[in-house]
Amino acid sequence: MIRDLHNKLINQEITSEKLTEEYFARIDEKDPEIKAYLSLNKEFALDKARSVDKKIKNGEEVDLLAGIPCGVKDNICIEGLVTTAASKILEDYIPPYDATVISKLKERDSVFLGKTNLDEFAMGASTENSAFQTTKNPHDTTRVPGGTSGGSTAAVAADECAWALGSDTGGSIRQPSSFCGTVGLKPTYGMVSRYGLISMASSFDQIGPVTKTVEDAAIVLSRIAGRDLKDSTSMPTADKSYENLLGGADISGLKIGVPKEYFETDGLDPRVRELIEKAIQKYKDLGAQIVGISLPSGEYALATYYVIVPSEVSSNMARFDGIRFGQSVGAESEKTGADYTLGDIYFKTRSIYLGKEVKRRIMLGTYALSAGYYDQYYLKAQKVRSVIKKEFEEAYKKVDIILGPTSPTSAFRIGEKTENPLEMYLADIYTVTANITGVPAISVPCGTIEEDGRNMPVGMQLMGKWFDEETLLNASYVFEQST
Amino acid sequence: MLSKDEVKKIANLARIEISEQEADKYSTELSDILGFVEKLNEADTDGVEPIAHITGAKNVIREDKVVEYSDETKEKIINNFPKKKDRFDKVRAVF
Repeated sequence: MIRDLHNKLINQEITSEKLTEEYFARIDEKDPEIKAYLSLNKEFALDKARSVDKKIKNGEEVDLLAGIPCGVKDNICIEGLVTTAASKILEDYIPPYDATVISKLKERDSVFLGKTNLDEFAMGASTENSAFQTTKNPHDTTRVPGGTSGGSTAAVAADECAWALGSDTGGSIRQPSSFCGTVGLKPTYGMVSRYGLISMASSFDQIGPVTKTVEDAAIVLSRIAGRDLKDSTSMPTADKSYENLLGGADISGLKIGVPKEYFETDGLDPRVRELIEKAIQKYKDLGAQIVGISLPSGEYALATYYVIVPSEVSSNMARFDGIRFGQSVGAESEKTGADYTLGDIYFKTRSIYLGKEVKRRIMLGTYALSAGYYDQYYLKAQKVRSVIKKEFEEAYKKVDIILGPTSPTSAFRIGEKTENPLEMYLADIYTVTANITGVPAISVPCGTIEEDGRNMPVGMQLMGKWFDEETLLNASYVFEQST
Repeated sequence: MLSKDEVKKIANLARIEISEQEADKYSTELSDILGFVEKLNEADTDGVEPIAHITGAKNVIREDKVVEYSDETKEKIINNFPKKKDRFDKVRAVF
């Protein structure tokens, strides 16, 4: 897909300006219903597109991503463009700097169409927690696109951009990719710099691509990966062009682990299970070796996640205090003449401008970290995190890839889970483990199931070894090409 | 499990103003979630070290060097202050 567009650009069959205009036209047509974008960036995007056209006309070599229109999740900072994280508290926030991934993409002459919707501060599983709008699933607009990168996946699925950036803390790239029928990759923790990504849970967050094909995911990953001194958790990685390493059609040596527990989960839709079993059979036919494995500690994954994540959230959200940036009741007091103390400014600003789920997680984390409860919750969860990681290390001595469903169901209805936060959390059951352990994971479309007369996409999840995106992408590519 | 009073105490620690009604709601919702995470107590973690860093990074350091930002960037930072006086962020007295 990206390569096709690139070839059209360099063969001068189409200009980037024309291509960008076409995408904006499609956004104008579709987005009033889909609501994938929070803001558009027309002028800058077209300027960039024209500069790429000029380079091509002058015979300069341009990158695969040059002149290709993309979307960016609105928790990733682009200098000079409002970046809200879908929160009222950042409604007018204009970042004074670019996220590292954005600097890297600017060097490649990417065209940024606009910023895509998400659950507020990337907390949720459906984009219904956005303070501004609920994105619709392009396959059935009565259903959610998933979340939290639901704006990015809906935009890609509706062809309102060629590809998009998302972020993934517990499945936020993969689950909506499964719901929208896109490819979504969460790289290994430390593979991509988090500098300029608005922090949710810092030991889990990772930026990654949402694309139409596996090759596109590889193209984007190669261009955003790498160590960054501005993110001390980013790791030195081999400089690879992943897109050139695909196509190893012979996967006869590949060992794919299938954890039995993944098929015993309550709430796994039997039709999803059937599609995953078909995918397993497909891999068998392609010559891969299927190995039955057991990951018994997986049953603690969600509980571990929902202790550590809120704890990190409560700490990260402390910066939203109405003092240095963002909305503040202090600024209004200027107009209204209200006489607020410093304490009032903290309490009222956070109360008014932060959403329900954000406050819920801040309080949960505050509780888990508070005196008398730290050992019981946070410390215990960090120990269980060690146990889960150890189990994965053992599993990866036997297998190269772990395969299972991305989500237990296809896209659920808008409003179906909003009244029950715990039920919403269960949508993450298969995806959180990759963030708990740090391994790379991808959701690849593996079929559709019929709901209300519509074919709703289902994704399978592949998890790889730490920093072995090459094997992960290749296994995904071989599957994609065979279907 | 988590009483309304405990919820109010947590909200105070987190600097979030909540109404009586919200305290009620949070009490139910947070208790549900805490009930769910109780599951962790079943996990055997005897002799297990808690995770410090997931990919094992240790003592990551960089050169201690001042990086000068442009006046334009500085202005952009200042422009984000909710209340300002000249180039200063204006806040209420702490005491």
